[in-house]
Amino acid sequence: MAPLHRRLLAAPLLMALLLGGCASEGGGSGGATGVQSQKLDTVRGRGKLICGVDGKLPGFSFVESSGSYSGLDVDICKAVAAAVVDDPNKIEYRDLNSSERFAALASGEIDLLSRNTTMTLSRDAAGGNGLSFAPTTFYDGQGVMVPVASGVKTLKDLAGKPICVESGTTTELNLADRMREIKAAYTPLKFQTGDQTYTAYLGGRCVAVTSDRSQLAAKRTSFPDPQAHLLLDEVLSKEPLTPATVNGDPAWADAVRWTIFGLFQAEELGITKANVAAKVAEAKANPNLADLRRFLGVEGDFGKQLGLPPDFVVKAVSAVGNYGEIFERNVGQESKLKLARGLNRQWKDGGLIYSPPFR
Amino acid sequence: MVSSPPWWRDRRVIPWLVQGVVGLVVLVVIAFLLGNLVRNLSAAGLLLSWRWLGQPAGFDLSESVLPFNAELPYWRALMAGLVNTLRAVAIGLVGSTLLGTLLGMAAFSSNGLLRRLAVVYVEVIRNIPLLLQLVFWYFVVFLSLPNGTDALQFPGVVLAKSGFYAAGFEQGHWHGPALINGVWHAPLRLSVELTALLTGLIAYTSAFIAEVVRGGIASVAKGQWEAAASLGLHWSITLRRVVLPQALRVIIPGLNSQYIGLAKNSSLAVAVGYTDLYSVAETTLNQTGRAVEVILLLLGAYLVIDLLISAVMNGLNRLVQIRER
Repeated sequence: MAPLHRRLLAAPLLMALLLGGCASEGGGSGGATGVQSQKLDTVRGRGKLICGVDGKLPGFSFVESSGSYSGLDVDICKAVAAAVVDDPNKIEYRDLNSSERFAALASGEIDLLSRNTTMTLSRDAAGGNGLSFAPTTFYDGQGVMVPVASGVKTLKDLAGKPICVESGTTTELNLADRMREIKAAYTPLKFQTGDQTYTAYLGGRCVAVTSDRSQLAAKRTSFPDPQAHLLLDEVLSKEPLTPATVNGDPAWADAVRWTIFGLFQAEELGITKANVAAKVAEAKANPNLADLRRFLGVEGDFGKQLGLPPDFVVKAVSAVGNYGEIFERNVGQESKLKLARGLNRQWKDGGLIYSPPFR
Repeated sequence: MVSSPPWWRDRRVIPWLVQGVVGLVVLVVIAFLLGNLVRNLSAAGLLLSWRWLGQPAGFDLSESVLPFNAELPYWRALMAGLVNTLRAVAIGLVGSTLLGTLLGMAAFSSNGLLRRLAVVYVEVIRNIPLLLQLVFWYFVVFLSLPNGTDALQFPGVVLAKSGFYAAGFEQGHWHGPALINGVWHAPLRLSVELTALLTGLIAYTSAFIAEVVRGGIASVAKGQWEAAASLGLHWSITLRRVVLPQALRVIIPGLNSQYIGLAKNSSLAVAVGYTDLYSVAETTLNQTGRAVEVILLLLGAYLVIDLLISAVMNGLNRLVQIRER
């Protein structure tokens, strides 16, 4: 009889292991704000935001020697934390590699994914990864980096050569598409993390490494000899790097979306970290500045409609500055990366950064 | 006439009753868990679906025993990954058995230096995590190898940064590794990723196998050694002809666990860039977003591989058992 007993017991144990992780969190009710959002309530109740970042990418998210996080992706987390829990430092960061990030979001382990993630159809679609994308915070393109000494000038020169790439990225697919277009055979060497990828590249295992151009430029700053590496002129793809939240909680997605739009709009209106307090005082004093008063939450109920405090934009800008300030500080002229604004200029200057009206 | 006890105290009924209740509870629990799974998956819009298996994968593999290109469907990519895994496991099993057996036998050598070296090897290797060893072999050792004309050349074998090249038969002729336009060519070629994986797996598993073999040999009664010695048999012949055949009975069950461990550990290939089943599955999971399905396939594949290894080893075990005469 013993074997049968054992088998009977083993089956539910196995199933429990398999299925245990799938139990739902249980229903939540709307908070005091009247907006129905489980996540918004969870984050506010917890008193801190759990933000998924890369953690190893200078300029976007990087752990400084002091142990604090910095970067463009990190500042988006800080802006959202300032808007939702009223403190840009109440954030728990989770370093995620490209394979873990969607599972971490889907399982509710993180509230917000701000990790140089390309928005694509299949990642957005409910039948795919089922993410909900916020506004794009960095328009990028895929590039290829080679050692200057290799003499490689174009993608065609890479035919038959090994190319290092991070697995589970759009980069991997774009590379396959482009190489197929130019009918060049190649060997994709895939690694799970960026560190492994660049270590293999620097170790000379690959003739080239491919990733987003901003990431290549960022990583190059940490190479022993940055001048020995060259970014090819060819751009392989469009890479709109976009923060994301989980599908199925529109109120939470809206709160994140309009916090980011607030950063865009603040730049357009010339509101900076330094002058935001003065602007609020100005709006309060002058009832004729209707647009500014609504934007800064002096009048109207935009914040309430989103389930956020009325002055959520003021909180976000006071914490990290407007979008232009965030860009220049982390990846632009004030940083080591020295990237040009390019597509990431305001729409008025010919870029793609555009906030819908705060109405 | 003795009155029969009530049915709930009948010894013939009680076992059936207990079995029935346990069975019912198990069924209810399974039904609850399955219902929970289906309910939550459908709430998340993630009901199991397998149609994506037929869609074009759209990514390339660095190496594949089966022919593969980006236009082939996902299931072909997963098959290619599975075959790559089986290749690594097969070579790993043979290599670690040979090395492990030699090390285990060395522990009984009459040569003191050999004996101590074997002990040091086992203690050092089995006390360092395998992942660390793999990363060491790949990033520190193999990626520092020179390429082209500077590559390490031995008779019939070349070790370069691009891979491991060995002589072999090609179109009926014996060919050694040759340098053509700065690139090595040879009949037998392993990528440096597979070489690093195999080095790590074999070094690690052989340390454990050495201990299993040592235990097996130690289990043979001392009198057997003495009897063989009194017949004038040499140490190595004693070991091969007298002791090892008896030790196998003890060794094989232990070996089984080590083989299964090696098959599972092969999934650490992802750390050194080798395109195994786990690596392909990970890319597939990311491109399709079908996490539950891909993980189920992975679980199933490794389970089947390990059950097969187990079945073969259990068969072998029956062959070497003592038959009562």
